[in-house]
Amino acid sequence: MNKVREYFSRNLRQYAMLIALIVIMIFFGFITQGKLIWPRNVSMLVRQNSYVLILATGMLFCILTGGNVDLSVGSLVALVSAMSGLMGTTLGLPAWLAMIISLLTGFLAGLWQGFWIAYVKVPPFITTLSGMLIFRGIDNVILQGQTLPLPDLYVTVGSGSLPDIAPNSVPDFLGISNLLNLQNKVEFLNVTTLVVGLAMSVIYVVYLFVSRKSKLARGYEVPTFGSVVGKAAVFFIVINLFSYWLAMDEGIPNLLVIVAALFAIYTFIAQKTIIGRHVYAVGGNLKAAELSGVNTKKIMFLVYTNMGILAAIAGIVTAGRLNAASPNVGANFELDAIGACFIGGASAYGGIGTIWGAMVGGLIMGIMNNGMSIIGLDVFLQSIAKGLVVLFAVAFDMYSKSKSRVK
Amino acid sequence: MSEYILEMDNITKEFPGVIALKDVTFKVQKGEIHALVGENGAGKSTLMNVLSGIHPYGSYSGNIIFKGMECKFRSIRESEEAGIAIIHQELALSPYMTIAENIFIGNERAKHGIINWDETNTRAEELMKRVGIREKRSALIKDIGVGKQQLVEIAKALSKNCELLILDEPTAALNDDDSDHLLELLKTLNKEHGLTCILISHKIHEVLKIADNITVLRDGQTIETIPNNAEVSESRIIKGMVGREMTDRFPKHVSHAGDIGFEVVDWVVHDPLDEERVVIDHVSLNVRKGEIVGLAGLMGAGRTELAMSIFGRAYGRKISGKLIKDGKEIVLHNVSQAIDNGIAYVTEDRKTAGLILIQDIKQNITLANLKGITRGVVVNNDEELLVGKQYREKLSIKSSSVFQKAGNLSGGNQQKVVLSKWIFANPDVLILDEPTRGIDVGAKYEIYKIILQLAEEGKCVIMISSELPEILGITDRLYIMNEGRIVGEMQTSEATQVDIMSTIIQSSAEGNRGNKK
Repeated sequence: MNKVREYFSRNLRQYAMLIALIVIMIFFGFITQGKLIWPRNVSMLVRQNSYVLILATGMLFCILTGGNVDLSVGSLVALVSAMSGLMGTTLGLPAWLAMIISLLTGFLAGLWQGFWIAYVKVPPFITTLSGMLIFRGIDNVILQGQTLPLPDLYVTVGSGSLPDIAPNSVPDFLGISNLLNLQNKVEFLNVTTLVVGLAMSVIYVVYLFVSRKSKLARGYEVPTFGSVVGKAAVFFIVINLFSYWLAMDEGIPNLLVIVAALFAIYTFIAQKTIIGRHVYAVGGNLKAAELSGVNTKKIMFLVYTNMGILAAIAGIVTAGRLNAASPNVGANFELDAIGACFIGGASAYGGIGTIWGAMVGGLIMGIMNNGMSIIGLDVFLQSIAKGLVVLFAVAFDMYSKSKSRVK
Repeated sequence: MSEYILEMDNITKEFPGVIALKDVTFKVQKGEIHALVGENGAGKSTLMNVLSGIHPYGSYSGNIIFKGMECKFRSIRESEEAGIAIIHQELALSPYMTIAENIFIGNERAKHGIINWDETNTRAEELMKRVGIREKRSALIKDIGVGKQQLVEIAKALSKNCELLILDEPTAALNDDDSDHLLELLKTLNKEHGLTCILISHKIHEVLKIADNITVLRDGQTIETIPNNAEVSESRIIKGMVGREMTDRFPKHVSHAGDIGFEVVDWVVHDPLDEERVVIDHVSLNVRKGEIVGLAGLMGAGRTELAMSIFGRAYGRKISGKLIKDGKEIVLHNVSQAIDNGIAYVTEDRKTAGLILIQDIKQNITLANLKGITRGVVVNNDEELLVGKQYREKLSIKSSSVFQKAGNLSGGNQQKVVLSKWIFANPDVLILDEPTRGIDVGAKYEIYKIILQLAEEGKCVIMISSELPEILGITDRLYIMNEGRIVGEMQTSEATQVDIMSTIIQSSAEGNRGNKK
């Protein structure tokens, strides 16, 4: 029992996040009369907010290095989408090549900012403020105020879903669509989605048990068997329920695949690689990290270069979803990403925060966005609500920290 | 016998786990220069912090009587209003403001919150003249030398009409000319304006030069107050400072020194901010395997700078000289190369440079050797947990678990975490910088045992310490450093505290004579 309590208190912040997410979901589910959890809206939620989740992944690392942010990502998203339009439409290059060039653009922008931040020691705030102006400027130079259409591949990435392997074969066997009172009745489920969901959940459950076993064999500390069974059961149900939900609509959006892959990769980097650990160390105490052999300049450089690449991915995705490269896209994206990280428990002083938290933070913002839009709340009021949520999330953090210090 | 301007009676001040001052009585006569001497950690600064209200009334016991009135200062502001000014070792000046502005910081010449620049400037000119600053009043603090900055501090104190001026190691960072000038100024202010001064200093020759009375503190207690007359010699004062009894505060050990494992040859380091200034001046030293070598000296002798410059050039510029490990020269350009070559440096200040306070014990322990728990590219968190537990047990780090944050540990346990980190990095050469600073006696003993254990395993240990008893207690051999140079080497068994202090003081005196030529 003590162990359980210890585990929870150690991960309190993360559970608080999750609980907040669920509460907000129930709240909006309730006031939208269930519309928020309609399969179509869940699918929309993922599509519309994928850019926040992608950007927050990179932004988290910036914040981890010491509360630094990247203000240029919104402009970079615009620049990348303009680049896509220029290469794919104006110059007529193949779509895949246009994408590669777009990614390269983000990479170069990241290198540029990383260089000034890490090796010339221009503060990140100023470097990226400058980047924000520069990238937006180049974006406008390229587009000249026009909106360009994009090749089909972009649209597929941004709006498409995984193809159904066996259309119209599996009916809504749980009959959930009837329960939800949907406008359009769902007759058949998307089989690919069900299969992928089942496969993922089985793989995860097997992984849980296998890793416990191998840890035992090597004498590491393991959670109790009961808690593993519990965890496995919860994840199995949640993953399959979620995939069932998506299966009632168009299936797994391609964007979800991208977000999930990035989530997996960056969680791995943050928790399981030396570079990831060094990022946390730099944010925790720069001097101690330096005197422990951490190459702090390299870390800053990598973090901001990486942010450039992720901004490029977000740019391609956003352009694809809008099916156009328009000059003003990406405004305030940086603020959404920063907000997501802070709501997700990242410390404004660096050294504390998780990818998982940033994702949950991004989803909270997303659910609020969608929920408030569904009930038709004024956009300006939406903005006020989001602002307050960011403030209260960090205030809660500060309060709980001051409590724990007294103790 | 003139009257006392200040009487501090039976002052006792406790910090968690440490008694910093024990029943200290300290009396200063009106119009004298009274020197307060003692080793690092003897309680001098704490006593002055009590006096100036930094440790507010109520946080200590005992009475303070200033100008015949009992004082209960709750803040610096209150003590300043009463006429007591303190100048700390770290100057409290704003580097990007002018001399005139700095003199009146917190004491602005103003009416209704609007600054009267004419008065500010005229008064500043007067004060600058009085303390002998020959600079424009509009010069920025960052552009004038440390010596003049010290004078600005004094001008600042005078602007507040202070009657008792406390100077904490005012000459520690000054060169000889600036020091002389400062001491002369103090004498003049004292004679002509009757300003009473308390001078805290390590430099006994300075104390003998200008003080009227000398009070010696040791281990938080007043040892004696002696008038400074012709009979008082340096060695007389040193005896008072270090003359504590040595019981078994140190674990016993036998030296197993083997071959020379690490050598520093002709090491020269320049100040990173001022490339002309030599900080480390042709230092050579060696350590045998299994030997503990002490680096004794006063604060500011250049020991930390030496250690950090060796440790992958973490300090300094224009570094020259050789490092030889196991007979082979090694060239280290950065810290990670130093670690790869088996060198470890335990920093002086564990909170700002040794630990990541917001991370837990196990993460701190593995930080310098993440490769040690990594397979391929994957950091093995389970292995980390095991390592953490192993060291927590081995060094008996008192904590709830290895998940406890380093920031929530006591000083001694924090230091054990830092030591664990470096032991886990598996070095051959360990440089320990003030490894027991701010740690209570019991924990010190445990740290000593760990250090001895490391030596027994055949590692080369260099220990920097300002506490002479500690150096004498656990090292095999010691070097004495002063003003960036090695000024003496002794077998610890043949050395005494008086020997060491005299060596330091003689070398300072020689250095002074040398400079005068």
